[in-house]
Amino acid sequence: MGKKILLDKINIPGIKTYEVYRENGGYKSVEKALTMQPDDITEEVKASGLRGRGGAGFPVGMKWSFIDKKSGKPRHLVCNADESEPGTFKDRFLMEYIPHLLIEGMITSSFALGCNLSYIYIRGEYMWVFKILEKAIKEAYAAGWLGKNIKGSGYDLDLYVHVGAGAYICGEETALIESLEGKRGNPRIKPPFPAISGLWANPTVVNNVESIAAVPWIVMNSGAEYAKIGLERSTGTKLISASGHIKNPGVYEIEMGITVEEFMNSDEYCGGMIDDRPLKALVPGGSSVPILPAHLIYKTAAGTDRLMTYESLSDGGFATGSMLGSGGFIVYNDTTCIVRNTWNFSRFYHHESCGQCTPCREGTGWLEKILWRIENGQGREEDIDLLWNIQSKIEGNTICPLGDAASWPVAAAIRHFREEFEYHVRFPEKIKDRNHFVAEPFSKVQHLVGKQTV
Amino acid sequence: MEISNSKQEINITEALMTRINELISHYPADKKKSALIPVLHEVQDAHDNWLSVELQQKVAEILDILPIEVYEVVTFYTMFNTKPVAKYMFEFCRTSCCATRGVEDLMDYACSKLGVKEGEITSDGLFQVVGVECLGACGYAPMLQLGDFYHEKLSKDSFDKLIEDCKAEKITLHDK
Repeated sequence: MGKKILLDKINIPGIKTYEVYRENGGYKSVEKALTMQPDDITEEVKASGLRGRGGAGFPVGMKWSFIDKKSGKPRHLVCNADESEPGTFKDRFLMEYIPHLLIEGMITSSFALGCNLSYIYIRGEYMWVFKILEKAIKEAYAAGWLGKNIKGSGYDLDLYVHVGAGAYICGEETALIESLEGKRGNPRIKPPFPAISGLWANPTVVNNVESIAAVPWIVMNSGAEYAKIGLERSTGTKLISASGHIKNPGVYEIEMGITVEEFMNSDEYCGGMIDDRPLKALVPGGSSVPILPAHLIYKTAAGTDRLMTYESLSDGGFATGSMLGSGGFIVYNDTTCIVRNTWNFSRFYHHESCGQCTPCREGTGWLEKILWRIENGQGREEDIDLLWNIQSKIEGNTICPLGDAASWPVAAAIRHFREEFEYHVRFPEKIKDRNHFVAEPFSKVQHLVGKQTV
Repeated sequence: MEISNSKQEINITEALMTRINELISHYPADKKKSALIPVLHEVQDAHDNWLSVELQQKVAEILDILPIEVYEVVTFYTMFNTKPVAKYMFEFCRTSCCATRGVEDLMDYACSKLGVKEGEITSDGLFQVVGVECLGACGYAPMLQLGDFYHEKLSKDSFDKLIEDCKAEKITLHDK
């Protein structure tokens, strides 16, 4: 069993409440931090090698070190709890079952950054979790961990939860800041980066829930100890949200470096495929990352074991690899139609595009429409290349990464599953029912594609 | 913005105003506008889950901002409704992970059971079936959101039970 540092106490009865959390060592990192120099905490986080857990994997300590402390403006820490990447539900789990861990992390991190006013931005659909956090914050105020002169240290911090209202784009940090200012969630052009000009034009750091929740452990045990967990540059543990055609969907904390095969098949984790059907494809890090076909899941193209690390999952680049992303691990068996699934993702991105940048606003709509007609038997042979062309013109041409996120799943689906698209275009009568591969998996009809000359 | 001709009775009760003021107090005094989205949630919950133009104007007045600043936000975010909705709006997550675990068939079942198409409200005003994008419950699919709560790992049987519970008024929409 791998090391757990975030969910190690999750099974203690009543850990949701302040009293039980405190009795089990809660808030000790705040006590310790208040005796340290704020910059020394940042140095510990740097030494830990902790990388942003929201998806981008940017080193947290480095992000902290960019915050403008010279201007004298008020600084803010904003926790990104807008978790909306399809396949990802880990932050919700952490906030729902051990809310005080996030609050403790927010206090310790805010102290390191010199923030006196911090926010947790949670997505609107997690309304009951919003209420859980509001309650936990009230408990923390009552116990003297928030407010003026925390535990006699002279340090003041106010912390509040802010709720969104249904917009994937608000997970992008500048859109999140706009939303927190009471506006539409349109991403900002960078620079300036939030570390210089963020919330209300003040220096701001935005970090994912899981990143902030790792800080108390780092403060208590040192960055060097944290860096010993995991593998090479993928230090620490990672929460993985496992879903799809597996026996045990759920949230798992893993020590980075275990093999994908172990994660997929061990009873401690996913427990293998539901009904023991064949594995067809895997999206290892949330809907935005490239989908992997069966032969590239357990082994890289070079033939080495594929590991649950940032490096191994991206081994081979986009040609034969993917990304760890947010850890949204979506498993598909042989009844899945890749065309339909790609259409589903494109519909999502079209719905969630904020509309600022033409390539994304228009392009995501075209992707959705073309995929829909292929899936419904009205596709043309040239549509496959058209899809490729459109996605390549969105990628890299937008203010924020939503454009890339919309392009990559389409590109990867065509790259690895082109024959399935060709089958849809050439045999429209065989795909009339939307569950066409449930009745007859693609592997049974694949031979037809090659025989047809175009 | 889709403008509804339905009339909405506006009632900002004392309890609601207290909650609004609490939310406003979470932001610096000159940044009242930041409270807009949390305030809209509270106001919508207290007004049959939708926001008429008049109600949006009322929110603008409370927050000392222009009505357009409220309209542009209301129309951007999926959770704000600009026309009347059913008392029990079943918002099914239909993104990949839920689709993989059968939400499309379940939505068809829900529509045929209630005798409506997606988006339509039943004639008694009680039920509505809506498809929404990923709700972050991928491991507990298929699922739906009803008010502030999630109903997960659904089957036809558990959906039938949910409808019965709604009819019997056993379902809490908002936790106060």
